[in-house]
Amino acid sequence: MEGELALMGKYIGAGLATIGLGGAGIGVGHVAGNFLAGALRNPSAAASQTATLFVGIAFAEALGIFSFLIALLLMFAV
Amino acid sequence: MAAEGGGLQIHPMDQFIVKPLFGEGPVHWYTPTNVTLWLVLAVVAIGLLMVVGTRRRAIVPSRSQSVAELMYGFIHNMVEEVAGHDGVKYFPYVMTLFLFILFANLLGLIPMSFTTTSHVAVTATLALAVFLGVTVLGLARKGVGFLAMFWVSSAPLALRPILAVIELISYFVRPVSHSIRLAGNLMAGHAVLKVFAGFASVALVSPVAIGAMTAIYALELLVSVIQAYVFTILTCVYLKDAVGDAHH
Repeated sequence: MEGELALMGKYIGAGLATIGLGGAGIGVGHVAGNFLAGALRNPSAAASQTATLFVGIAFAEALGIFSFLIALLLMFAV
Repeated sequence: MAAEGGGLQIHPMDQFIVKPLFGEGPVHWYTPTNVTLWLVLAVVAIGLLMVVGTRRRAIVPSRSQSVAELMYGFIHNMVEEVAGHDGVKYFPYVMTLFLFILFANLLGLIPMSFTTTSHVAVTATLALAVFLGVTVLGLARKGVGFLAMFWVSSAPLALRPILAVIELISYFVRPVSHSIRLAGNLMAGHAVLKVFAGFASVALVSPVAIGAMTAIYALELLVSVIQAYVFTILTCVYLKDAVGDAHH
């Protein structure tokens, strides 16, 4: 790769990759919000579903982590 | 980057540098580094809690005994609920994982300490062990039947080959997301703390920065526990694929 221009592209690309975190934010908020809505309707069933909540959040978050991974790859591996 | 002048006084990523404990020089695989020190400290802390907590087993538990008992009961319930009855056999491994990650996370919150779980090298080792363990266990227990998990029998026949490819990819991405989730969360949190620590040296914004640091520190305490919980609960979910009944 050639110097300054490639470096600039790398930094811009890494910055753009962080947009993916917004998607993860929407996803996690959606999971947590819907859980809360459901939990308020039926509080007695809520406690048994917290494990599902965390698994759901973890899966939604994983996709945001991939964009973070791409940012890291652009910064340090390309 | 701090050397360029004008930037932050403390570089937020400096805290993650792996240094040899004694003297300078290159880091080999056998060099005792700050990572090794804090890994050992985590193990010692777990040992202390569990040994001291259960040394005098009283009917009315002491403080350390009830902490040890609560954690044991909590993880035991989780394994039984998520991985099923057959998964309880692997409870000691899950408990070890949880305690190790929890203590590594919490010890990393001590100022000037080193967060071992913020390094992908550490978390990838844990995640790969889970991945290989679950795969070997599943193949040993179910044989070819383990592969039925990629063949979604509830989907229409035409969709099944496509789903099989997607399921296969998602299966092999598991250790990646499993390890990067923990390392990424811890690293990002600690980097944010140090960014605010850098702001605190500017007199004008230092009260705000110190307030923000306090708040973020509290959040990090929460994140440390939640990430340890998430790592172990995902281990249980993966374990269920290997030991649970085929139709779940």
